[in-house]
Amino acid sequence: MIDNEYDVIVVGCGPGGSSTAKECAKRGLKVLALDRNLEIGTPVRCGEGLSENSVQTLGLDMPNGAKAQKIKGAIVYAPDGRRIKIAFKGTEGFVLERKMFDKWLAMEAGRAGAMTVPKSNVYDVIIEDGYVKGVKANVMGKDMEIRAKIIVAADGVESVIARKAGIKSGKNPMFVDSGFQYEMVGIDIEDPHSIILYFGNKIAPRGYVWIFPKGKDVANVGIGIAGNLGGEMTAKKYLDKWIETQPGIKKGSIIEVNGGCIPVGNFLKNMVVNGCLGVGDSVNQVNPIHGGGIAESIKASRIAADVIDKAIKSGDLSSSVLSEYNERWWKERGGTLKNVEKVREMFEKMSDEEMNDLGEVLSGEDLVDLAHGKNYAKVAKIYAKFKVKGIRRKIGI
Amino acid sequence: MTVKVDRGKCISCFGCVSVCPVMALKEKERFPECDPDKCTSCGTCVKFCPAGALTLVKGEKK
Ligand SMILES: Cc1cc2nc3c(=O)[nH]c(=O)nc-3n(C[C@H](O)[C@H](O)[C@H](O)COP(=O)(O)OP(=O)(O)OC[C@H]3O[C@@H](n4cnc5c(N)ncnc54)[C@H](O)[C@@H]3O)c2cc1C
Ligand code: SF4
Ligand code: SF4
Repeated sequence: MIDNEYDVIVVGCGPGGSSTAKECAKRGLKVLALDRNLEIGTPVRCGEGLSENSVQTLGLDMPNGAKAQKIKGAIVYAPDGRRIKIAFKGTEGFVLERKMFDKWLAMEAGRAGAMTVPKSNVYDVIIEDGYVKGVKANVMGKDMEIRAKIIVAADGVESVIARKAGIKSGKNPMFVDSGFQYEMVGIDIEDPHSIILYFGNKIAPRGYVWIFPKGKDVANVGIGIAGNLGGEMTAKKYLDKWIETQPGIKKGSIIEVNGGCIPVGNFLKNMVVNGCLGVGDSVNQVNPIHGGGIAESIKASRIAADVIDKAIKSGDLSSSVLSEYNERWWKERGGTLKNVEKVREMFEKMSDEEMNDLGEVLSGEDLVDLAHGKNYAKVAKIYAKFKVKGIRRKIGI
Repeated sequence: MTVKVDRGKCISCFGCVSVCPVMALKEKERFPECDPDKCTSCGTCVKFCPAGALTLVKGEKK
């Protein structure tokens, strides 16, 4: 079933890994994709939101089982309870069933010709003559050294394999959120077709509480807070405290608990070394405001596959050839995400009072644009408006 | 020093593995495990953990 040599070994079968495996296999390369989990897609570490826009641009023809709920808008609560309803095309999307979604992506990789294998922990990389030349893995109980021309580190936030390969992808706690989430049933959801967000430094410092409905009485109820703030007050404690204040949520039952580390910035100038490149969370390819990394990892996988194919065909697997991946990713995604990061930094510095002011001057459309790094010039304008508001508040007019 | 994992609280998200600057933590049998030879007891993972499952304790070097 498993050979000792491949064109490409992909470490990790999340959306980033499976898509890279599929795209490489489609280009005729011999691909092995390993994941340490027993079942690809499980356990989940995700709020499961994906925008319609991403589904369209990526051409994801996913089965119905991968979609839990159609989303038509968003409701945002400012710290003072002000409610902003957002409902227009740009906010449409899905709350997925990630277990099914990830499994479907892995099946797509398999159908394209990639060999996917779960219960396969990759614990080291083989480096020779300055090149990453393979991996050491325990494949369903058997220790193996498997070689490939290119290794793809799609090992998610842990990025142990990316780091062992020499990619500087360690996570600075300043630039990650600590997330905790319950999937709950039997709760009251004010609109089961809207995602609902609650902001405020008392509710979730540098983050927010989210409700992502998966049905009329089922939702992911989660929280993200700054990754360097915990200790006494953990993400779980903040979430539990908030749920206590919400009778319609508090009465529900919990059917799943998950969470994790969400990169929110610190994009890497260099995501390649000789013989290896990183895709997805492993190299922080996540939207720094809404924490969405599903679409970003798939977008990156397509660029990665192009560059890998080219490198293998040319016979030159050096970082200088692979660095085309850096250039294209920064051109297609990095620039935009960097802008989103700036907006996040602006939000981060705000007091609850200032956030309330912002809630007054921002339209729902502005919020969505901000979160997607669009109309960056608008941010400056809004910021100015918001400053004026702040000054007015201070002098009492 | 090393880091003790309360498996009752831990949700196996491996965020601690992500933030450890010296790769002292790794996944072992579905839970994180700390290598006392590598751990510098910086506390980064303890502050990060969403579930409050980690504490710094004195650990024997191997
Ligand atoms: C609480 C939370 C909420 C989130 N909400 C959203 C959301 O609503 N929308 C969204 O788009 N994104 C969300 N994200 C982010 C999203 O989950 C990730 O960006 C996405 O999963 C990244 O995909 P990936 O393929 O890079 O990594 P992952 O999906 O993490 O996949 C990595 C895979 O690699 C495997 N692996 C790791 N190390 C090894 C190894 N050494 N050997 C073998 N296998 C290994 C793991 O088992 C895993 O399956 C959220 C994240 C968190 C933590
Ligand atoms: S960060 Fe906390 S909950 Fe997550 S794996 Fe580490 S100890 Fe467990
Ligand atoms: S205390 Fe610091 S060095 Fe030790 S495991 Fe935690 S993050 Fe790593």
